[in-house]
Amino acid sequence: MSDTATSEHSEPEADEVAEHHDEEGHAHPSDWAYVKIAVVLAVITALEVFTYFESVVDWGVALVPSLIFMMIVKFYLVATWFMHLRFDNKLFGRMFTAGLILAVGVYLVTLTVFEFWV
Amino acid sequence: MSAEAVTADPGHVADEGGHDEHATTTGLSHTKLAMWVFLGSECLLFGGLISTYLLYKTRGNGRTLPTDVFDIPFTSVSSFVLLMSSLTMVLALSAVTRGEAEAGRTWLLATALLGGVFIGGQVYEFTSFVREGVAFTTNPASSAFFTLTGFHGVHVSLGIVMLMSLFVASLKGKLTQRNAETVEIVGLYWHFVDIVWIFIFTVIYLIPAD
Repeated sequence: MSDTATSEHSEPEADEVAEHHDEEGHAHPSDWAYVKIAVVLAVITALEVFTYFESVVDWGVALVPSLIFMMIVKFYLVATWFMHLRFDNKLFGRMFTAGLILAVGVYLVTLTVFEFWV
Repeated sequence: MSAEAVTADPGHVADEGGHDEHATTTGLSHTKLAMWVFLGSECLLFGGLISTYLLYKTRGNGRTLPTDVFDIPFTSVSSFVLLMSSLTMVLALSAVTRGEAEAGRTWLLATALLGGVFIGGQVYEFTSFVREGVAFTTNPASSAFFTLTGFHGVHVSLGIVMLMSLFVASLKGKLTQRNAETVEIVGLYWHFVDIVWIFIFTVIYLIPAD
C-alpha cells in the first residue's frame, strides 16, 4: 500500500471532528457542521441577490469584484466541505484542480483572443 | 499486505490499524479517482459553454436578448433550492455511512425532490422566455444561453436518475454501510452540478451584461 496515499490528507480541526469515518479511515464532519456550512452558503447567496436591487445599495465599481469573491467562497465551501476535499486524499483534489486550472487558463486565453475584455 | 487481510469485499483490504483501504496500486478507490478526473474534464465542457455565452451575450441581431428577460428573484429561489440539495445530499451520505438506511433514503429522496423543483423552475423559465420572444434560434445570445443552461439541466436530470436509482436500491436493501462509496460518488457528481450553477448564477445572471 502506498505511503503517500495514506498520509496526504489534511487534518480536520478539533472542534469539527467527525462523528464517523469513511471506508478509507478519513474523518468526516458531523451533520451539524454541514448544516452550519449550508447556513453560511445561504447567507452568501442572499447577499449576492441583494446586489441585484440597486435601489437598496449602490455597489458601484465594487459590484463585480464582490460577486466574484462571493462566488469563489461558495465554490470553495462546497468543494472542501460537501465534496470532502478538505478531509480526503489530496490526489482527488489535484485531479479536479488540474482540470479546473486548465479550463480557466484555456478559456481566459480564448476570451482575450476574442477581445472580450475590450 | 497479507492475503489474510483481504476482507469479504474483494475491493477492500484492512491495514494494521483496522482501517479499510482499497486493494489498488494507490491505496485509493479508483472509482472515486475516476469520478474526480471526470469532474475535472467537465470543467472544460462547462468552461467552453460559459465562454461561448460571454462572447455572444450582447449579439442579439436586433432582437430581444436573454438578459432583457431574466427574472432574477425567481432564479435566486431556484439557486437556493439547488444549494440546499447539496446539504441534503451530504446528509444522505452521512446517514448511509453510519448505517442508518432509512435516514439515508429520506435524504436521498429529499435531494431528488429538490433537484426536481430546480428542473421544474428551469422548464418554467425556458417557457416564459419563449413567450417573451427569446427562443433557442432567436439570436446567437439566446442559442448560447439555452445551450449552457440546457446542458446544466440535463446534468441535473441525470443526477436525479442516479439518486432515484440509489433510493430504489436502498428500498431493496442493496444500499448498505458497506457500499456507501456509491452514494459518495453520486454525491460528488451532484455537488459538482451545484458548483457549476454557483458559477452560472453569478457570471450569467448577476453580473450586469454591460
